[in-house]
Amino acid sequence: MLYQPWPWYVSGPLIALIMALLILMGKRFGMSSNLETFCSIGGAGKFSDYFKTDVKSKRWNLLVVLGSVIGGFLGAHWLSPNPAVNISDKTVSKLQELGFDSAGTAYLPTELFGMESLTDPKVWIILLVAGFLVGFGTRYAGGCTSGHAISGLSNLQRPSLIAVIGFFIGGLIMVHLLFPLIFAV
Amino acid sequence: MKNIVYIILGTFLGIVLYKSEAASWFRIYEMFQFDSFHMYGIIGSALAVGIVLVQWIKKSKVKSFSGETIAILDKEKSIARYILGGALFGLGWALAGACPGPIYILVGAGYWPIVIVLVGALLGAFAYGVLRSKLPH
Repeated sequence: MLYQPWPWYVSGPLIALIMALLILMGKRFGMSSNLETFCSIGGAGKFSDYFKTDVKSKRWNLLVVLGSVIGGFLGAHWLSPNPAVNISDKTVSKLQELGFDSAGTAYLPTELFGMESLTDPKVWIILLVAGFLVGFGTRYAGGCTSGHAISGLSNLQRPSLIAVIGFFIGGLIMVHLLFPLIFAV
Repeated sequence: MKNIVYIILGTFLGIVLYKSEAASWFRIYEMFQFDSFHMYGIIGSALAVGIVLVQWIKKSKVKSFSGETIAILDKEKSIARYILGGALFGLGWALAGACPGPIYILVGAGYWPIVIVLVGALLGAFAYGVLRSKLPH
């Protein structure tokens, strides 16, 4: 059971439990603010006062990041004998049309995340631009999936609802309009 | 002591997001194709339990484990930053197939090209900090 993929009705409540425990420790559940903290540590305060923050007060969240790296290692190497993600047949055929032959057989598409794919400069650009949009967008919106979709909506915040609608506007545009252009075979 | 608890909570989060496949690029694509209930089930059930827990914490005025008053701050009111920032994030989330939590988790899982995504995300956060006074909020 532990070694199979975990069903949504187990995983979702566990995520909520982690959020509640962080709140009960006097903190909050938000992963994207760590990106700013890393910028501050890297000396970004020289370029913008926005990064002149008290890094010490954010150390707890960096420890959560450290833990999630460890968790990713354990999840992938100890708890998952079979990395294939059992996505729906419809999704598999849509992805095959876009040239993702690894759909249904891997955890991440080898076309983007396999070491051999790094010989293609296009893959570097795609990953870098994707990351840039994640980092820029999440700080502009003041939160990501954890901060808005889980924490903010759990606290019935209208701004978080607007942000989540924004997430879906962007995601739907990317997958339905831009993917055919980016990954055209 | 507290430090270890943060690391353990993070580890637990990493395992849950990896094992639920919420850290899989394929699941994010599938979600935006509306081909499966899986991701909606994760977010929906997290929310259902989360709303109950947060409302309980607020109404009961329970103290934190170290005895402090718990303040759950409201989000700042605005529309532009949430829609624009949210849509930019959504574009990246769908392309990278990972939001910030899973980016760290996938580094641990050993998918090294995700480091390029992480570098991009740090550059993006930096660019926001530099440009924020020029952006509508």
